[in-house]
Amino acid sequence: MTERAGTTGLILNEPLLWEKSKTGRCGMSIPESDVPEAPLDAAFAGDGPDFPDLSEVDVVRHFTRLSQWNFGVDTGMYPLGSCTMKYNPKINEKTSALPGFAGAHPMLPPDLAQGTLRIMYELEQLLCEITGMDATTTQPAAGSHGELTAMLLFYAYHQKKGEKRTKILIPDTAHGTNPASAALCGYEAVPVASGEDGILSVEAVEALMDEDTAGIMVTNPNTLGLFENNIREVAEIVHRKGGLVYGDGANMNAVMGVVKMGEIGIDAIHLNLHKTFSTPHGGGGPGAGPVCVKAHLEPFLPVPRAVKNGDTYALRYDQPDSIGRVHAFYGNFGILIRAYTYIMSMGRHLKTASQHAVLSANYIKERLKDVLHLPFDRPCMHECVFTDKHQEPNKITTLDMAKRLMDYGFHPPTIYFPLVVHGAIMIEPTETEPKENLDQFIDAFRAIAGEAAETPDLLRESPTIPKVRRLDEATAARKPCLCG
Amino acid sequence: MAKEINDIILKDGIQYAEDHEWAQQTGETFKIGITDYAQDQLGDIVFVELPEVDTEFSKGDEFGTVESTKAVSELYMPMGGRIVAVNERLADEPELVNNSPYDDGWMIEIATDDTGDFDALMGKDAYLDMLKGL
Amino acid sequence: MRYLPHTNEDVAEMLQVVGAANLDDLFSSIPEDCRFKGELDLPPAMTEWEVGDHMTDLAGRMASPPEYRVFVGAGSYRHFIPSSVPYLLSRSEVSTAYTPYQPEISQGTLQAIFEYQTLTARLLGMEVANASMYDGASALAEALLMAIRIARGKKTAVAVSKLIHPHYRQVVRTYFEPIGYEIVELPYLPDGSTDLSGLDNIEGLAAVALQSPNFFGCIEDVQAASDKAHDLKALSVASFTEPMAYGMFKSPGSQGADIACGEGQSMGIPQSFGGPGLGMFASRNKYVRNMPGRLIGQTTDRDGQRGFVLTLATREQHIRRERATSNICSNQGLCATMSTMYMASLGGTGLRALSRLNRDKAEYLKSALNKAGFQTPFTRPGFNEFVVAFPKGFEATYKKLVDRKIVAGIPLECHYPELADHYLLCATETHSKADMDALVKEVTS
Repeated sequence: MTERAGTTGLILNEPLLWEKSKTGRCGMSIPESDVPEAPLDAAFAGDGPDFPDLSEVDVVRHFTRLSQWNFGVDTGMYPLGSCTMKYNPKINEKTSALPGFAGAHPMLPPDLAQGTLRIMYELEQLLCEITGMDATTTQPAAGSHGELTAMLLFYAYHQKKGEKRTKILIPDTAHGTNPASAALCGYEAVPVASGEDGILSVEAVEALMDEDTAGIMVTNPNTLGLFENNIREVAEIVHRKGGLVYGDGANMNAVMGVVKMGEIGIDAIHLNLHKTFSTPHGGGGPGAGPVCVKAHLEPFLPVPRAVKNGDTYALRYDQPDSIGRVHAFYGNFGILIRAYTYIMSMGRHLKTASQHAVLSANYIKERLKDVLHLPFDRPCMHECVFTDKHQEPNKITTLDMAKRLMDYGFHPPTIYFPLVVHGAIMIEPTETEPKENLDQFIDAFRAIAGEAAETPDLLRESPTIPKVRRLDEATAARKPCLCG
Repeated sequence: MAKEINDIILKDGIQYAEDHEWAQQTGETFKIGITDYAQDQLGDIVFVELPEVDTEFSKGDEFGTVESTKAVSELYMPMGGRIVAVNERLADEPELVNNSPYDDGWMIEIATDDTGDFDALMGKDAYLDMLKGL
Repeated sequence: MRYLPHTNEDVAEMLQVVGAANLDDLFSSIPEDCRFKGELDLPPAMTEWEVGDHMTDLAGRMASPPEYRVFVGAGSYRHFIPSSVPYLLSRSEVSTAYTPYQPEISQGTLQAIFEYQTLTARLLGMEVANASMYDGASALAEALLMAIRIARGKKTAVAVSKLIHPHYRQVVRTYFEPIGYEIVELPYLPDGSTDLSGLDNIEGLAAVALQSPNFFGCIEDVQAASDKAHDLKALSVASFTEPMAYGMFKSPGSQGADIACGEGQSMGIPQSFGGPGLGMFASRNKYVRNMPGRLIGQTTDRDGQRGFVLTLATREQHIRRERATSNICSNQGLCATMSTMYMASLGGTGLRALSRLNRDKAEYLKSALNKAGFQTPFTRPGFNEFVVAFPKGFEATYKKLVDRKIVAGIPLECHYPELADHYLLCATETHSKADMDALVKEVTS
């Protein structure tokens, strides 16, 4: 076997910011005042916060050390299922940081903001082309914000028709954000059980869809990494009863240039620019969750909309049926710039990206299925889902194997999701991981499966290499310490 | 890892519900909690949300929730009645449900005139048989 | 393509393992009638240099400083950001990680966000802050929903000051529309503060929301609003767009606010045409289980070492699904980290000095405009922005100033029809006396 990626190195301890503070230090230049001091009535004055005082070098060392306790996509393979941890191109960082963009005020008159308005307009067109939809809003700041926006659109659409629908169908494989977003709109989430084969059945939807139901939220490909084969029939049933079909586009990375969602019955779909379109995940965000819709939902999109008049770009507010704003300005614009840069860099290679993402997932599936239990043995899309069933006799869990992977130098896959698969291990390698790394990951997982049988304590004690070992999450939740 | 069925502690003299709550008659009132099986399945319990005293519930009503670090489960009344007390200690020591599910980890105390629900619950052996069938 | 490492040889080997004849074959499980047969109509792929030039060209079409002198705040503020902050932020171990689901290899993110929560709570004078919301607007909507949740749905009306950023109020309306909760807008008084006198007449009041400094730049009496809210058994929600003010003015928490929520962009984050910014969200400990968003907590590992984990996750959507406190999943983590770097660089001493400097600059510009004969109608103390009543037909002057590369605030009439020819202007530490003198000279000439 090739050399293991995980190894030890010099890891430095670092206290909390306020533990290294010394009053009177300052880590940035404070400009000299060139104006007179303005008096202030003492009744309004406060003391200012108790912030630590640090020099610039203190701050730089602090965050450099902290960064070394982290694992990112740039560190190594990060096959976190459902999160599309693909490589984040560096040119995207450079373009979004151009001073013209970074220093742009969002309320500039449109003729002073032609660059950003053009990006907004063109990105909307590009996303429409990729999804096969007719119009896009870039305001939603993340995937679940996009889901909420779509639910608000559904509500406005039905209301315009004089209908008040109260329920929404959500397959049991959905992300938790789906029912939570629907609930924010006052919809009752009606779960739809997926079939034995992990696919939504036409009969299950037919049995539940009625004229009190606003529509259905379908993640396609679904969270088992499988394409929803019955999507056209499902959409037809929903449409027949006057409902709408929402596509959760979290897994769009599997099907760019392969499936156009607008052609298979989807009325609205959100995209995660931080997944499919390569923007960095930032340790939890910011993302961006634009929503693309078919023409019949366009009148309801949030305002303002970016429009093109001849050679100039403008913002349009005049849209009486709009749901209003979902963001203070135009969404996470810096993320939109990154995604736009990515699409301009990729062009039609986007389809190749999807093909390679699916190839890599199937490759891992084939090469691990003799040591890990594969609940749905059929071709997968961009991710594959295993379980810990084969390790159960040795009392080794998914969690133990995930932790052990760290010692081998890999970020673990998504674990215990989707909930419908007991002990799920969800692996999404993405198209940007070289084959050598896939092989090393496969070898590591195979070695771990061997250890599970022969030296299971190694797994229970893992990880041993990182800055800290397994943490006491129970005490953290029982006696919360959320503020230092 | 979860306990083997044979390692589950089951107490005599109390009644068991299908949803893994137990009820015990203590003089005029009944104490209610969750079984050793339930606490073991949930893992480390970090928070218990309990109802206000004097609330009335029917059998099967949700009376609260119990949270582990990674899951939240609803608690259902194994029998109807009016809340006369809740276990205040659980606010600061939710781990009592793990460490002492039938004693210090009790959750609510109820009063009722109708003991029909109570009598209809399972005894220890019937509950054990049910667990084996899961 | 440089982001796609598989060679033809790799692809061939992998296809063989998978048992597929070619790449298209991988999608054979997708029904024929669901497959797109054409080619995506996208512009041809650009090289790195081409895309760089293209974007530089577009960026050049923006009226951004230093070429333009922009006297606009209104929810997005220009402040100096030390070079160390973007430099540190480019540490890709942090920027290319995701939500710290695996704490052992995410301690960098986790400690940084724990520090963010702490500094944010201190800044706002609150007991607990979450790991961030999308922006100031959605933070306000979520705060009001939280107040209604705390009232257990028995009270479903909220009172929202008209001096809260108009866009924030629009977002609240969007969020509330399907559920139908009542929103009562509180009018403003001639001095530029919110009129609280109508609060007594609102049925089922769950929350009172004010913004301070408010949209006109004036400092509100948050204490009076909190007292009134508490008398009415409602919660006091303090919104904000410019937290820099709390370096010298009283914090929301010190004035009785139960929830403080707003935009943290001015704490070290570039304006970037309005996003990504930072939804700051803080509350009292007793309401922590009703809070939306992620929380990081301190704990220990198996060897007793200090470490940090995501905690109280059972409030969140991935566990509680439709009964979650919010649907938020991805947040603004990297912006929170960035603001932590900035707040740490600034320190308490620095923030007090910088805060004062912002007020001094705005006061200078205000008095210079007053001296030039322009009215500033709202008399309450302000921070770094204020309203000016320009003469009728100022629009033409505004356009002339744009030609001179000066953006003289934003007109207020579209949001406040009664304020025709009134403009909202902002000055921060980034505006020199010479810039401001130039503005005054141009508007008077």
